[in-house]
Amino acid sequence: MDLIGHLVTGFGVALTPINLLYALVGCLLGTLIGVLPGIGPVATIAMLLPTTYALQPVSALIMLAGIYYGAQYGGSTTAILVNMPGETSSVVTCLDGYKMALKGQAGAALSIAALGSFFAGCVSTVFVAAFSPPLSALALKFGPAEYFSLMTLGLIGAVVLAHGSLLKAITMIILGLLLGIVGTDVNSGVARFDFGIPELSDGIGIVSVAMGLFGFAEIVTNLESTEVRELVARKVKGLLPTWAQFKLAAPAVLRGTGLGSILGILPGGGAMLASFAAYAVEKKLSKHPEEFGQGAIQGVAGPESANNAGAQTSFIPLLTLGIPENAVMAMMVGAMTIHNIQPGPQVITSNPQLFWGLIASMWVGNAMLVVLNLPLIGIWIRLLTVPYRLLYPAILLFCAIGVYTVNNTSFDVMQTAAFGFLGVLFVKLEMEPAPLLLGFVLGPMMEENLRRALLLSRGDPFVLLTRPISAGLLIAAALLIVIIALPNIRSKREEAFQEEPT
Amino acid sequence: MKITHPKDFWSGLLFMAIGAFALVYGSKYTIGTAARMGPGYFPRILGILLLLFGGLIAQRAFRLKGDPVPAWKWRPTLLVLGSVVLFGAIVKPLGMALSTVILIVIASAASHEFRAKEAVIAGVLLAALAVGVFVVGLNLQLPIWPGQD
Repeated sequence: MDLIGHLVTGFGVALTPINLLYALVGCLLGTLIGVLPGIGPVATIAMLLPTTYALQPVSALIMLAGIYYGAQYGGSTTAILVNMPGETSSVVTCLDGYKMALKGQAGAALSIAALGSFFAGCVSTVFVAAFSPPLSALALKFGPAEYFSLMTLGLIGAVVLAHGSLLKAITMIILGLLLGIVGTDVNSGVARFDFGIPELSDGIGIVSVAMGLFGFAEIVTNLESTEVRELVARKVKGLLPTWAQFKLAAPAVLRGTGLGSILGILPGGGAMLASFAAYAVEKKLSKHPEEFGQGAIQGVAGPESANNAGAQTSFIPLLTLGIPENAVMAMMVGAMTIHNIQPGPQVITSNPQLFWGLIASMWVGNAMLVVLNLPLIGIWIRLLTVPYRLLYPAILLFCAIGVYTVNNTSFDVMQTAAFGFLGVLFVKLEMEPAPLLLGFVLGPMMEENLRRALLLSRGDPFVLLTRPISAGLLIAAALLIVIIALPNIRSKREEAFQEEPT
Repeated sequence: MKITHPKDFWSGLLFMAIGAFALVYGSKYTIGTAARMGPGYFPRILGILLLLFGGLIAQRAFRLKGDPVPAWKWRPTLLVLGSVVLFGAIVKPLGMALSTVILIVIASAASHEFRAKEAVIAGVLLAALAVGVFVVGLNLQLPIWPGQD
């Protein structure tokens, strides 16, 4: 079987000392920002992107990927010990994890979360390895019309499963597409919307957009509120769960892994959706649903396994189709582009070392996380006691240095601040920035594929509907919108997100 | 007619304004034909869609109910973003060390728990760290002290 051979190639790449080091750095940084509220993986990847210029592409991607799944481990620590989700994907872990900590079972909750995540990480890595080759083989047969429709479906799917107003989210995508095409048009050489500023003729940098909308805006919004965090468990004792707890948690881990792996592949999926869905499933299946919210271990085991599985399988659409399905994957597109790798189905054949190396590194990274995370919990707890008033200026500093070093110009810093302002405005008006970021990275690709499709059809727009695969993809996108617009599904969708604090 | 969903109203207007701007400013880019799309073809589609969807969002603000737009506290916005902009402007002439202290002190003042002495100490420590990691460690092309540009 090919799979084994590919994985051997992959481990050959992932286990070189330099890549092991970057996987470790990524995982530790990921856990760190996962533990710290107020900075998420999107802003962190934006911050670190400039420092990866000098690295081998595969080392860079291994480190950045480690940040994403490392954050899933770290996020659960904060959720359990402080009742504050370090990451959105750990929101539901707060419900039962924190209650367990109050009852003195913080150690059991933390170790179940870590072991569940590890198990999920192992399974979903195999999942990624098995699913990616056939999917990219299929996508290689796509022409520009199919690709345009696939991107449309991907973008629509991404917002259908997100929360908030559907219409607003779709409009945010369009705004993102518009921002994405700023800069020199590859076909005509015309610099579009550059306002005569030379820096803008290269386009708007993804680092500026992501850091402004996700990093700065978050800091400003946090400062506007005066919330107090309280640590419940300073000393975590008794890391091992009891046998009874283990027996309850094991099936939840299995279900969470399965659910997370599947939801991770869907557009708009990924860690967050997976954790919400897993919590709902565990509550439904439990014989004692009333225990949920009171410290039920399944309520920790299910979502924590699911968010890690989802984080990993959300790489599948990126690696095989070149389509990011959430904001973190959009950053990975940015990272690949910086290293001159066009994301898409050709990556697996043109860069097999990178492709399989990245996949193998996920397993390596998960192993590191489970080994490191539990012994290091003491350090993470100490970090949590650092007050926010000391933390955010430091985050801001690293952001400023990071964005300055993209091109060594102060223009990028100003641009990022402008997006920060826009980001605060978006928060005030309840406009989700994630769809904008997806549109932003896909803008140029979408225009190019539309252009090619219409060129081949001699200007007939119906080519998008007469080619069967393209038509199928567009119909699927339209159906998604119609289904979500139906009143009773809409209320169900809102219900599913109700556990989330606003 | 009363605006019952202010957030939708203003976000709709914002979308419309950007869409209108894209159409007006982008009118100088040639459209071309569908078969030979010019640089203005795709932006025009997006501009029209923004106007259209923005309009839909704004008009439903008269039907739907929603919370008012939260008040804007200017201090965090101005100080946080201002400190970053200032850093970008002064890091070349003043060098990493001083710029870091200035950024940290101004940014810290955005918090309601601001303590001046603590902020200065944090600034000095972070300046040492930033110089050590970025200039010495990662070898970024940035001056440490004023006049080294």
